[in-house]
Amino acid sequence: MSRNTLYDKVWEKHRVTELPNGQDQLFIGLHLIHEVTSPQAFGMLRERDLDVAFPDRTYATTDHIVPTETEKRDRPLEDAQAEEMLSALERNTGENGITFFGFESGRQGITHVVAPELGLSQPGMTVACGDSHTSTHGAFGSIGVGVGTSQIRDILATGCIAAEKQRVRRIEVEGSLGEGVYAKDVILKIIQELGVDGGVGHVYEYGGPAVRELDMEGRLAVCNMSIEGGARAGYINPDETTYEYLRGREYVPEGQEFEELKAYWESIRSDEDAEYDDVVTIDVDGMDPLVTWGINPGQVIEVSEPIPAPEDFETGTERKAARKAYDHMDHEPGDSMLGYDVDVAFLGTCTNGRVSDFEVAADVLAGNTVAEGVRALAVPGSETVREQCEARGLDEVFIEAGFQWRRAGCSMCLAMNDDSLEGDEVCASSSNRNFVGRQGSKDGRTVLMSPAMVAAAAVEGEVTDVRRFFDDRARTVSADDVEEVAD
Amino acid sequence: MAENHITEVSGTGVPIRGNDIDTDQILPARFMKEVTFDNMADYLFYDARRDDDGTLNDHPLNVYEGANVAVVNKNFGCGSSREHAPQAMMRWGVDGVVGESFAEIFRDNCKSLGIPAATADRETVTDLQDWIEANPDGEIEIDVEAETVTYGGRTVDVEIDDAMKEALVEGIWDTTALMYSNLSKVEETAAQLAYVEGAD
Repeated sequence: MSRNTLYDKVWEKHRVTELPNGQDQLFIGLHLIHEVTSPQAFGMLRERDLDVAFPDRTYATTDHIVPTETEKRDRPLEDAQAEEMLSALERNTGENGITFFGFESGRQGITHVVAPELGLSQPGMTVACGDSHTSTHGAFGSIGVGVGTSQIRDILATGCIAAEKQRVRRIEVEGSLGEGVYAKDVILKIIQELGVDGGVGHVYEYGGPAVRELDMEGRLAVCNMSIEGGARAGYINPDETTYEYLRGREYVPEGQEFEELKAYWESIRSDEDAEYDDVVTIDVDGMDPLVTWGINPGQVIEVSEPIPAPEDFETGTERKAARKAYDHMDHEPGDSMLGYDVDVAFLGTCTNGRVSDFEVAADVLAGNTVAEGVRALAVPGSETVREQCEARGLDEVFIEAGFQWRRAGCSMCLAMNDDSLEGDEVCASSSNRNFVGRQGSKDGRTVLMSPAMVAAAAVEGEVTDVRRFFDDRARTVSADDVEEVAD
Repeated sequence: MAENHITEVSGTGVPIRGNDIDTDQILPARFMKEVTFDNMADYLFYDARRDDDGTLNDHPLNVYEGANVAVVNKNFGCGSSREHAPQAMMRWGVDGVVGESFAEIFRDNCKSLGIPAATADRETVTDLQDWIEANPDGEIEIDVEAETVTYGGRTVDVEIDDAMKEALVEGIWDTTALMYSNLSKVEETAAQLAYVEGAD
């Protein structure tokens, strides 16, 4: 049993009572809703003639089904099903007094991008959404959990979920990240080490030097993929990086009120002598950029390593899973992911669709062009992200390189709009899941990697090590230097 | 609906073998573009059940039609939080699931729908899967209260977590009404929180 961790403290503050089945009734401080998993819940509410209990603590946006091409965003949407979902959300939020960040608000985007950037998501909260990547919000030092539609009904009607506490695993990430290695690589490494079901029954507390060094956007990427490791929630204790990020954001109070909130945020940090159910140490020192080679997010290698042979795995089930992955990805024993041909490059999502992700990708793309035959999409995680990128001229870098610069949405992460893989296309993707069929085609193949690696793959038309680009640039710079000296 | 006490479920079985079967396989995202769950059964394992030309293949769901107990392996239902996945299984006919382990949101969703999700070790699960394959018309019974599965003249122990068991047996797996009755306490809890408007 854990004691005095952030998780214990935040849980205790939100615990309403114990239910007859032994679960806790837990108050949800921030409820985020979107068009795909909420309409059925509102329907259930209507059937029971119940109102939304805490409309002021509920915020909505639309992300999964929205077109990302400007000309397709006129209403009614061309796709009748998408239009029906969007209209239902507008109606449900309107009738219940829930703030909705729709197209016209200028702040539409992926729930897990919008809530952090607006300052809605704060330390010490409980955050729930009908979306498994709600774990993202843990980056602020909160408990963020994905819930199903019946639980959305529970939250709408009562502001609460019925839940039991999980075990708390501290993940100490040692070392520091080298050039070309990012937060995305850290979380892929953790999932590689602990497995896709390693976190079942656990909440992950990420800490240690490599995590402390991450900026908020990096922390969001790490916590986002907790669920890919089987942990329903993952969090990082808030610190000055967190508070500085929050200061001045739209939904964050200022002045004395901010200081009072900060005192609360400080109070819910895990104590020095907090007790964990277990502690795992992971060393990222000297780690190369990582990519997935298979069909689950735990099938990960350093890009320079050979793909593990099915026979190398210990258990029969792992060998079977590896063979299935070989079959789907069309690998031969001894293959490397370096040079694996790529048809599509996809940048964006709730994992890596923030300004810093596009900055790092643009840095790789500057002066380069997307390889012939590669379809390249840059999809900002929110309209706010899009505007900020455009203000910095990043859109031009993407467009000049041959990327399509799109509007905000989940897009090709799960292909509920028009953005989809076709046939057995290979996608270098900054998203979070490489499951079979995930990107819209049952034969489509997904290779997960950091945004910088996606940009590099787009340019080369194959999986490559992004650090080559930095090396090239370093050489160019030194050549210039020499010239300057000569002048 | 909420008054349903679920003490046992029974019927024939369907073995769905493999670890880490994710919700994108169980219910591909493109079929979630509907505002109700009514049609979800049609989309269950849609891609896995079909060959490239669209004809139904030998996927277990095509073979064991009419089954009520799905028997699965490790980390079943991982990935997305979509309740569409267990909704589709329920509407297809699954009343209970036995597996080595379940992803948590999936298990929670099962509880919300009154579907017992029982776990057992690998050997117990694969024995049961083998038995179903040999006895496709054989009857399987999950006793929720006793935490056992009975089939082919034998009874084996399984685990159903306490909260799920209590909820199913007592008929309180639909938590809305239950939690609604505590609404004044909820308001008190909320009012104590530093970040809630009007809090101390």
